[in-house]
Amino acid sequence: MEIKREDILHLASLSNLSLTDDEVESLGKDLQGIIKYISQLDELDTENVEPTYQVFEMENVWRDDEVVDQGVSREELLALSEKSRDNQIEVPKVL
Amino acid sequence: MKTANKTVTAERLVRDALEKAEHFREYNIFTYLDKTGAIQKAREIDARIARGEKVGRLAGVPYALKDNFLSPEGETTASAHILEGFTSPVTATVVERLEAEGAIMIGRTNLDAFAHGSSTENSYYGPTLNAYDTERVAGGSSGGSAVAVALDIVEFATGTDTGGSIRQPASFNGVYGLKPTYGCNSRYGVVAMASSTDCIGFFTKTPEDMDLLMSISSGQDPKDMTTLPDYYSISAAEICSSKGVRSAAAREVAPAARGRRPEETSEERTGSFFRDDDGSATSVDGPAGRAPRGAYLDAEMEKIRVGVIKDFDNESVDNEIRKALKAKCELLESKGYEIVELEMPALKYALAAYYIIVPAEVASNLSRYDGVRYGFRSDKSDDLDGLYENTRNEGFMPENKRRIMIGNFVLSSGFYDAYFLKAAKARTLIVKAYEEAFQKVDYILTPVSPSPAFKLGEKVNDPIAMYLEDVMSVSLNLAGVPGLAIPAGMTKAGLPIGLQLVGPRRSDKQLIEFSKELQ
Repeated sequence: MEIKREDILHLASLSNLSLTDDEVESLGKDLQGIIKYISQLDELDTENVEPTYQVFEMENVWRDDEVVDQGVSREELLALSEKSRDNQIEVPKVL
Repeated sequence: MKTANKTVTAERLVRDALEKAEHFREYNIFTYLDKTGAIQKAREIDARIARGEKVGRLAGVPYALKDNFLSPEGETTASAHILEGFTSPVTATVVERLEAEGAIMIGRTNLDAFAHGSSTENSYYGPTLNAYDTERVAGGSSGGSAVAVALDIVEFATGTDTGGSIRQPASFNGVYGLKPTYGCNSRYGVVAMASSTDCIGFFTKTPEDMDLLMSISSGQDPKDMTTLPDYYSISAAEICSSKGVRSAAAREVAPAARGRRPEETSEERTGSFFRDDDGSATSVDGPAGRAPRGAYLDAEMEKIRVGVIKDFDNESVDNEIRKALKAKCELLESKGYEIVELEMPALKYALAAYYIIVPAEVASNLSRYDGVRYGFRSDKSDDLDGLYENTRNEGFMPENKRRIMIGNFVLSSGFYDAYFLKAAKARTLIVKAYEEAFQKVDYILTPVSPSPAFKLGEKVNDPIAMYLEDVMSVSLNLAGVPGLAIPAGMTKAGLPIGLQLVGPRRSDKQLIEFSKELQ
């Protein structure tokens, strides 16, 4: 399939990336090549084959329904943010 | 490996390692060196030794930590701009386990940003140079860790392997590199890339060191619900009794590799991942999957069989690598092992399936980096959406963006069935291919990559050429089976050649043990 400029812009928006014009161009070319490569799966017969999403041999690993202390304080976590005030993380206005 | 004692102090070992790290500065191995902290830790261990206290199995051993493992020393950046300034308040479980035995981290090593790449050229901090030829790549993504061990700066280094990121740099630099069974080592505190294939492993100079590290690091972790119940040390007990005779160890190993382990509890077998053709679930029958080859009891009567994959024997693989594989097969035959040719046609599609499944998981795992809670934040915007988009666009490397966008493409409505679902079905066929192979053989020996270390700049602007580096390594990650990269000689031009020894799930210990037969 052919990847158009508008497809790249749509994917960039899904990906939360503000691409420059040059990037739209170069990523468009790269993605076209990658999609062509991965499309070779079309050749493979997967009729009646169940999908595999994970290869962990166990399911439903339970733990007690209790709050577990991970040893990190609120102050330490807030200190990781560029901006925080009154025990909250500060971001530009939303509305 | 050398541990500290009364005559050789931990401080001496650590200072030596730090000096060597400085000496090899031009290789761009480390993103951070913890001089003060490492010497401090070494002195504490020396003090304990002086007092006659018991110290751990890695007392005073200097090691290097791939920069996608979280620990409070220095910034954990995953070699990505978007994590610059992030000092972790938590410590990865594997780091805790190593340090509880006295290992001392001297520094953090360079990688392709977020482990996306096969050369370390995608690092925000520039490429790491190959230990044998500074015009060539270190391999990747764990390039810094591989070179740190190859240049003998440290005794061992940690790595992560999502599609070959331990095995390929190990083979490019002539050291051992293990990608364990999926779920063997805790991933708590390690930057997630693709959660259904990510594995934690090591680089070492010997199989013995690898075994020691795995016996320390592996096992269930309450902080990581995708860790398997402890099995590594259980199989250790079975092997250690039979060290004396050359192949006795391997023969002893075989039943565990082939059949259900006697220790297996019913809780461990509740998994129902493998499916029959009719879609009904069957429980897992030990490391080899169901219907293991041969009967458990007469295993001793049989020869150990090592498979070579016919589908990998073609012109796209460097001639010297094919010769190295042939030489190792002849060595095994001379020791009485049987070489069996395997046809695994599904593996031809592993790379395409991998570059659908992994980007999909990458797109999801990397959505958390938005500049709000930690790391770099762009100041170019005055609204929240702009903050996200600018932070991400300035903070990610081109390869990160490619994978995120491909991931969102294969998951988007209209393309999900054609790409993501198709790849998930292909993955089933790849899992089956390994299950069937391990009914015929005990181990598989293959090249790690199609060529030895390539030139810097040769592939960095050609994503497909770079992806093809992973063509023989990714299928193990999709199937969850372990692979050990082993040194297998040098090319005429003086570059290391690596091969990988592959085994059924949970055969990590046996792989390491059997690799000694290939020395």
